[in-house]
Amino acid sequence: MPTAPRRGPRAATDPRHPPFATDGAPPAEPARSEARRTAVRDGLGVGVAVGLSGFAFGVTAAGAGLSVLQACALSLLVFTGASQFALVGALAAGGNPFTAAAGAFFLGARNAFYGLRLAGLLRLRGGVRPLAAHWVIDETSAVALAQADPRAARTGFAVTGVTLYVLWNLTTLLGALGAGALGDPRAWGLDAAGPAVFLALLAPMLDGVRERATAMLAVLLAVACVPFLPAGVPVLAAAAAAPLVLLVSGFRARRAGAATAEQEGPEPESPEAGSGSRGEAGR
Amino acid sequence: MTVWLAIGLTAAGCYLVKLLGLSVPAEMLEKPLVRRLAVLLPVALLAALTALQTFGGGTGELTVDARAVGLAAAAVALLLRAPFLLVIAVAVVGTAAARAFGG
Repeated sequence: MPTAPRRGPRAATDPRHPPFATDGAPPAEPARSEARRTAVRDGLGVGVAVGLSGFAFGVTAAGAGLSVLQACALSLLVFTGASQFALVGALAAGGNPFTAAAGAFFLGARNAFYGLRLAGLLRLRGGVRPLAAHWVIDETSAVALAQADPRAARTGFAVTGVTLYVLWNLTTLLGALGAGALGDPRAWGLDAAGPAVFLALLAPMLDGVRERATAMLAVLLAVACVPFLPAGVPVLAAAAAAPLVLLVSGFRARRAGAATAEQEGPEPESPEAGSGSRGEAGR
Repeated sequence: MTVWLAIGLTAAGCYLVKLLGLSVPAEMLEKPLVRRLAVLLPVALLAALTALQTFGGGTGELTVDARAVGLAAAAVALLLRAPFLLVIAVAVVGTAAARAFGG
């Protein structure tokens, strides 16, 4: 990822102008316009596919006892799918509003780290930042970070954001309204949509030993806690799997020495300056 | 009313954490330990949520029902690299089918 994006000729645009409306400038060179086209295509593809799944959220929310207004408020104001599904699931299971919101919040905390990566790439001005922040989620980040240059990244972020925001909210409304006409959402299998969304988000993250160990431990912790803890709390207990796995892998790396730590430890995509080859042992 | 309280808290919390990431100087969150935790925390939560919403029954119960069939089908779809929406559709249709043909 480029840490210092070039400032193109477009740096002169009105600072209040949304970063996503980059259509004004004529394409400078074929390579750039090609990169922009790729960004638009990526953004539309992801935006449409994920945006349509808002229907499942609307139905799930209605099935959990939320009103149409409440379902739409969640999609408009929270706008991070996993947290929305988590909140609705916790409320449906009878969890109290604080534990339900805590689970949804911790899940949404990952967006801070997307924002961190995007900040240098998108170069948002002060006035635009609070608006753009609302769109900093899995999908927009994935598309923006996959683009060839900062301009294409901005385009990708914008196209994904606008497509997804419009569709996700529209389909949430339709799902919540249509839930009544569908009758029992369970008969349509729609109670499987929530966990399927979680699984689909989880799958690409399971690319390392540590990630898989964390997932397995989290499942065990959650399942073990269900009989003893009130609804919504087992998820929070399962979050402990993350520091536990880090702790254990830290110990093992220290005992096995730097050579083994090298093999199982560091993420390939993070050239952490300073910690270098010492990997785990450095902590 | 409690639902609105939960919605308000979640909306405020989720928005502020997004804004924080865009606004904070990178060095503050770029510590190796914080980064590793940030990678693993969603893994733990998503795995737990998948399990709980697949096998969760009433309060304090776990059951294996049609949802497990749908999720297993979705897992296969994921292994075959199916796109996001198709994975959800497979889970929904698989669950509905399992319910229709046997409970």
